[in-house]
Formats: sequence, structure tokens, C-alpha cells
Amino acid sequence: MVGEGLHKIERKGGAVTEPAWVRSLLIAIALGFLALFLVLPLAAVFTQALEKGWEAYLAALKEPDTISAIRLTLITAAVCVPLNLFFGIVAAWAIAKFSFPGKSFLITLIDLPFSVSPVVSGLIYVLIFGLQGWLGPWLQEHDIKIIFAAPGIILATIFVTFPFIARELIPLMESQGREEEEAALTLGANGLQTFFRVTFPNIKWGILYGVILCNARAMGEFGAVSVVSGHVRGATNTIPLQVEILYNEYSYAAAFAVASLLALLALVTLAVKTVSEWEMRQTIAAAETER
Amino acid sequence: MAGVSGKNKVVPGFAPALGYTIFYLSIVVLIPLSGLFFKTATLSWADFVAAVTAPRVLASYRVTFGSSLAAALVNAFFGVLVAWVLVRYRFPGKKLVDALVDLPFALPTAVAGITLASIYSQNGWLGRYLEPRGVKVAFTPLGIAVAMVFIGLPFVVRTVQPVLEELDQEIEEAASCLGANRWQSFCRVLLPTMLPAILTGFALSFARAVGEYGSIIFIAGNMPMVSEITPLLIITKLEQYDYAGATAIATVMLVVSFVMLLCINLLQKWSRRFAE
Repeated sequence: MVGEGLHKIERKGGAVTEPAWVRSLLIAIALGFLALFLVLPLAAVFTQALEKGWEAYLAALKEPDTISAIRLTLITAAVCVPLNLFFGIVAAWAIAKFSFPGKSFLITLIDLPFSVSPVVSGLIYVLIFGLQGWLGPWLQEHDIKIIFAAPGIILATIFVTFPFIARELIPLMESQGREEEEAALTLGANGLQTFFRVTFPNIKWGILYGVILCNARAMGEFGAVSVVSGHVRGATNTIPLQVEILYNEYSYAAAFAVASLLALLALVTLAVKTVSEWEMRQTIAAAETER
Repeated sequence: MAGVSGKNKVVPGFAPALGYTIFYLSIVVLIPLSGLFFKTATLSWADFVAAVTAPRVLASYRVTFGSSLAAALVNAFFGVLVAWVLVRYRFPGKKLVDALVDLPFALPTAVAGITLASIYSQNGWLGRYLEPRGVKVAFTPLGIAVAMVFIGLPFVVRTVQPVLEELDQEIEEAASCLGANRWQSFCRVLLPTMLPAILTGFALSFARAVGEYGSIIFIAGNMPMVSEITPLLIITKLEQYDYAGATAIATVMLVVSFVMLLCINLLQKWSRRFAE
């Protein structure tokens, strides 16, 4: 009792917190820093996109080159995200549900693309499929274009977005153990039934989290795609590359109009990410109370 | 229960799952990356050294690593501050601010690049006040550092934040009972506890900045010897069909990122042991 009383007095007396003016000052500095580095750029994108009014904004988005860039970006994401999603689930299944030697080394290898510079990520595909590359002469003989064409863009994007879903699902599935799966299997469910009825409901928010981040990067990747694209207008430009071209041509309003699409995507991504993070925490907490 | 938990017998799919994981990893990551080393191996040692130590290349290392270091230091300081404020204090809009911290992860680098360039250019929102006072940000190495601060910002916050959340306030109470004032208990008790996380965030932010391309090239000015970053130099060499030169520099960058990855892994192991 005495101890508890002392505890309360101490808290009030400021033993574990700072005087009010220090708190306000620290909050002000932190928020000022974030306003300067995060809010200001975000506001600038939309302000400059709408600088010449709504009509100019919509006209910029309706440009044929922009539309073809949007189409290529959507195709790229539509190929990359499912491939990396499937890989992410399979890899997380192998790593989280079983124990085997070399596991942490495998996780490091999966994380590898995160630490490679985007430019290097693009370059490695040029070295393989480019005209001077390993397969270049053979590809040219058979009239297959990979570099400076959509397949190269897709390959480079798969590389840079490779770890997103796997690295999200591995810790999540590890935290859930495999008792539930074992119970389902003992009760006679087959492997796929177990996955879809038992595992999937536990990891669905983690999947959404990984997918939304993977998609944001797939649609927004610039460095790697820039190396392999060849910048052919209306053919091999993704949205970020189209932004670059417009900007370098000094059509700033149009550049920011197209960029605002990506900024909107970023905001949606943050919102979905925040919600799914919250849901994941709920799922984990529920699992822990059950145990 | 006890019988099955130790072995991989009941849960199916281990062999195909691991097999596919290794197959896809090899196709997408390992084989393409090893291609870089094979290509570099076709260069003679003298050519390799000449390519990676040319004056313009050395200048690009200085710009890249110098700015990355400066940006990571800024991020370490402000990242700890932001994490501290988000964990310890209450203020309106806190959840929104917390979500916004990840903006640099979600905003495509090209968008960040053109936006920062326009804000800090001569007529931009900030540039118009800074330039008359003699502070030139856009098209200088300072601009490079600003872009690197932007893209590296979430790393320190997101590594320090969970450590602060887990931290038991009792040790601070103990410090205060023993006569430490608030500043002393921050420096002597809290800071050492947070140090592994801060260093991890610092290293992550540095590693990201070193490889960054999209958000930098618009604000950098890209003057050879002055404000040209190494990733841009790789692209320049590629555009001049100097594949050997581009590959040699890329190999240096790749080795640097492997070393950084190793350091980060060790730091993370250390902070985990620290937490226990």
C-alpha cells in the first residue's frame, strides 16, 4: 500500500515524465520536423497538380502517353503482385511451420533485394537479357524483346518487390505456431482444406498488408524500371517514368498531375496498411488470450 | 501433443514449399545477382581497379556516402525524437501522425524527387526564403541530403518505437529514486537501452540512402565531381554503352550493400539479446 502511494506521488511529481513546457517543446519540434519533411511535400504535389485548374489536370491525365503509362503500370502490378503473393505464402509456410537448418540464412536471402540499389537491380537484368548480355544474341535471333520492353520492366519489378509479402507473413505465421493446423489435420482435413479454413483466416490481414505494400512499390518503382525501360514514349513508360519525362520537358503541371495519382495511391496504401496493422494486432491478441 | 510438436510429421507440404521457395529465389534473385559477379570477373583486375577508382567515380562515392551519413545522422536524432513523442506523449492527431511517418515508404521515389526539387528550387515554397539568405538546397549536395532524410525517415522511428513501447517505466522510477534528474536518467538509463535500436535504424537509413536514385536525381543537379551520386553514374555509363564500367561500379555498390546487410543483421541480433 505504502509503495503504491509512493508510486502515485512519484508519477505526479514528474519522476517519469518531463515538465509540461519540455513536453510541448518536444512535440512542437517533432511535429515541425514532420510537417517540413512529410506534409509539405505531400501538399506540394496536389497544389502544383491543380495549379492550372481542374480542366488542365484532367486533360493531363487523358494524354494518350499517360494512359498508356497507366496501362503498363497496371499490367506490371497485375503480374508481379500475384507471383510474389504466391511465393510469399509458400515461403512463409515452409519457414514458419517447419524447422530446418539454414533457416535464418534463407530469410536473409529473401530480404536481399531490399538492400540492393534499385539501379543495380535493373542492371542485372540488362546484363542477362540486354544485347551485350548472356542471352542477348539468342533473344535477338528469335526476335524476343525483354530489355527496353514490358517483360524487362516486369522482371525488374518482381525483383524489387520480391520480399514484401514473404517478410510480412513469416513472422506472423511464426507467432501463430502450428497447433491449429495440427488439430485440423488430426480431425481429417487435407492440406489445402487446412490452409484455406485454418491458416488463411489467421493471416488474411497480413496478406492484405503485404499485398498493398508490394503493390505500392510495384506501381511506384523508378530506378530499376528506368534502367530496363528504354523510355519509349507511349510504349515502355510506366507512370513514374512518365512523370520524369513530363518534368524534364518542363510541363510541370502535367508532371504533378500524373504524380498526384501516385500520391493518392500512397495515401490509400497508408490507410489500408494502418487498418490491417490494427486488425493483425487484434488477431494476435485474440490468439494469445485463447491460449 | 508433445509427440508431434518436435517433428515435422503432421503438417504437410514441407518439401514442395521449401523447394518452390528456393527455386523462385534462385530464378528471381540469386542467378541474376550472380550474373553481375560473373560479368565483373571477365574484367582484368587492372581494368576493374581503374574503373572503380577513376576520379569521377571517387567523387561520386564521396557525395553518396557523405550525404548518406549526414542524412542518417539527422534521421537518428529526429527519429528518436519522433518515436519518443509518439510513444510517451498525447496530443491531438497522434494516430494520423503515426500513420504519416510511413509516407516515404509508400510515396514513389520519383514523386518525392520532383516535389522536393520544386519546394527547394529558387521559386519554391521554401527555396524562395532560403536562397536570398544564401542557403542553396536544390541542385547542391545539400539537396541530396534532404532527399535522403526524406526517404530514410521512417527507419529510425520504426525501429526505436517498439523498443520504447516495451520499456518498463520502473527503471526510470528507480533512477529517479536514486536521485537522477530527468536528463540524467534519459542519458544514462534510456539512451543505452535504445542504443541498439537507434544504431539499427541508423544503419537501415544509411543503407537505403546509399542506394537511392529516384528521389535524388531531380534535386541533385547531377554535376560530375560535385553532386553526382554513384547510382546515377552507373546509369550514365550504361547509356554510353560502357557495360564494363557500369558493372564494376555496380559490384562495388553491391558489396557495400552486402556489408551493410551483415552489419544490420548483427545489430538486430544484438538488440534482440539486449531486449532479453
